[in-house]
Amino acid sequence: MSAFFTQLISILTRAIASWMPFLYGSTGETLTEKSGHLNLGIPGIMCVGASSGCIAIAIYGNAAGGLDAGSPFLCLLLSLLASFLGGVLMGLIYCFLTVTLRSNQNVTGLALTTLGTGVSTYMISKVQNADFVPANKFFTYSLRSAIGQNAVTDSWFGELFLSHGFMIYLAVIIALIAAWVLKKTRVGLNLRAVGENPATADAAGVNVSRYKYLFTCLGSGIAALGGLCYIMDNLNGNWEYSIAEIGWLSIALVIFTLWRPNLGILGSVVFGGLRILGNSNFIRGVDKSVMQMLPYLVTILVLVIVSMRNRKENQPPAHLGQNYFREER
Amino acid sequence: MSDTTAPKKSETREPLFHIAKREEIVWWKAWLIRAAAIIASLAACAAISRFLGGIDPSSFFRSMLSGAFGTTRRIWKLFYELAILLCISLAVTPAFKMRFWNIGAEGQALIGGLATAACMYYFGGRIPTPLLFVVMIAASILAGMIWAVIPAVFKAFWNTNETLFTLMMNYVAIQLVTFMINFWVTSGSGTLPPMSEYALPTIGNAWILNIIVISVLTVAVYIYLRFSKHGYELSVVGESENTALYVGINVKKVIIRTMLLSGALCGVTGLLLVGGTDHTISASTVGGRGFTAIMVSWLGRFNPIFMVLTSFLLAFLGAGANQISNDYKMNGSISDIITAVILFFVIGCEFFIQYRIAFRKHGKEEK
Repeated sequence: MSAFFTQLISILTRAIASWMPFLYGSTGETLTEKSGHLNLGIPGIMCVGASSGCIAIAIYGNAAGGLDAGSPFLCLLLSLLASFLGGVLMGLIYCFLTVTLRSNQNVTGLALTTLGTGVSTYMISKVQNADFVPANKFFTYSLRSAIGQNAVTDSWFGELFLSHGFMIYLAVIIALIAAWVLKKTRVGLNLRAVGENPATADAAGVNVSRYKYLFTCLGSGIAALGGLCYIMDNLNGNWEYSIAEIGWLSIALVIFTLWRPNLGILGSVVFGGLRILGNSNFIRGVDKSVMQMLPYLVTILVLVIVSMRNRKENQPPAHLGQNYFREER
Repeated sequence: MSDTTAPKKSETREPLFHIAKREEIVWWKAWLIRAAAIIASLAACAAISRFLGGIDPSSFFRSMLSGAFGTTRRIWKLFYELAILLCISLAVTPAFKMRFWNIGAEGQALIGGLATAACMYYFGGRIPTPLLFVVMIAASILAGMIWAVIPAVFKAFWNTNETLFTLMMNYVAIQLVTFMINFWVTSGSGTLPPMSEYALPTIGNAWILNIIVISVLTVAVYIYLRFSKHGYELSVVGESENTALYVGINVKKVIIRTMLLSGALCGVTGLLLVGGTDHTISASTVGGRGFTAIMVSWLGRFNPIFMVLTSFLLAFLGAGANQISNDYKMNGSISDIITAVILFFVIGCEFFIQYRIAFRKHGKEEK
């Protein structure tokens, strides 16, 4: 096998591992945006998701008398649940303000990001890294380590697809389910109607507020898992404060993938690849910051091309960013 | 309803309350609601910080006030912060009034700052200082305009979503600044040493010049929005694009013109930050003010005079909350939480200004 091929596989593997977590963010944000709400609080929600997941691990570890004494399965389940609920709670705050009180979505989202970073910093300062970092091995336990070494797991296939922790696969599954729900089910149809034209949906008997609440909260919960995934799978349990920046890229990913979670699976690998290239010396002589600019530039390019071609199925939801009030026309 | 039969009548349940849009609200009532929201939010914050950090309410408020007004220096800093925040909020306001959600003020101001820094770096000492100032001013305004007009052109001609476009432009600007710093600073330290010898002149102390410039700008923007033909046109476009088309306003022209103005003002903010106070540039020179400005402008109902009040509120909050996190060693978390909670209250209270809640009237509907 040529050296180039080996390097390519290694970059692709790292791209999957480093960016798949943010598939959660973009899937969640897609569901939210399909209901007509641009949630700029995603970075804050991901922070809260990460910290509440970590806190749950720490609490469970203390209650069970050490993480190794308890059951890994229960530990993971609690952590995922806590992370999801943390996200849903943040989503509820956002929904109450934008759906019920009809506040400006951009302003509310930005305030939510401020709240999220603050809350997560506070929460994480209350526990020791040592309480949750050991749980990292549960998160990165891969099929390859389960099966052991053989011809398949050692090949490029094994490295590319079998060497990841379970959260990577969960991200793909959630994205596929979301894509199916949006495209094929009645619920998805109603949701898209709410985002495109809430007045029509309302007239057709769809409960607009219920859909907005449900999918914004669900989306926030899914995005929150992305924060946990980032901390546990990627940074090996070391708390880092750069999740917020990652959240913005998740929002970019939504545009890049034209509001389609199934495209998001590929899109996230592309973003991941760009990021890995940005941090490595794969292309010599090009400054890191230029490479880190690429995901945003590519997103802008997609946004522009899509609006120029003006194909109806590729546009943002028509009522994105606008609140719905029945008596207003 | 009158011809429905009796058992059916009991089935049509009237909800406990319903929401209706207010026709108009007396100005003092609106401000009373806002004041009540701020007081309620402060109470909530005191309760939260008691719960999280064991800070008792009286020292909470003392700490907050001392952070904002404790020393002369702090008061100057508060007013300086108010002025800068106001400047960048003034920049986004014309666009917002047109319902063009420019959330790229952070990037536009940063690019303005970058242009200023570039002029200081390349021309400092090579051309006479007064000429340098002219070049700096022109370059920063031009840079801000370019950064703002790109999304505007795409919005005008192809209806590209401006919120997402301007958001992405922020991060491109941030990376561009990082790139230029790496390009200029060959030592690899990643920080550009201050070029104070080419800084804008100071009057009294480092902050007064900025404050004067911004006061003038506030009045100018107020007049522009309130009394000029341009201001009228952009508010018509904001209220209803179809109406604007019908009365013969060139919507594309208005969008591009307004964003040029918006970008120019952002460029001025960058100029004041880099040329006036920092004398250097980093990726965090604007420091999130571009996002805070969105709240300032929206809370001030896009009125430059009200925005003086709202930017005071946010500058005060920032200073006070910072002081609390310093005093109680809360690593910044408490200041973020406090700021967000107060904002939620203030954002939420607008609902009660725009809508009224009518409760079900018992027995009166049925005749």
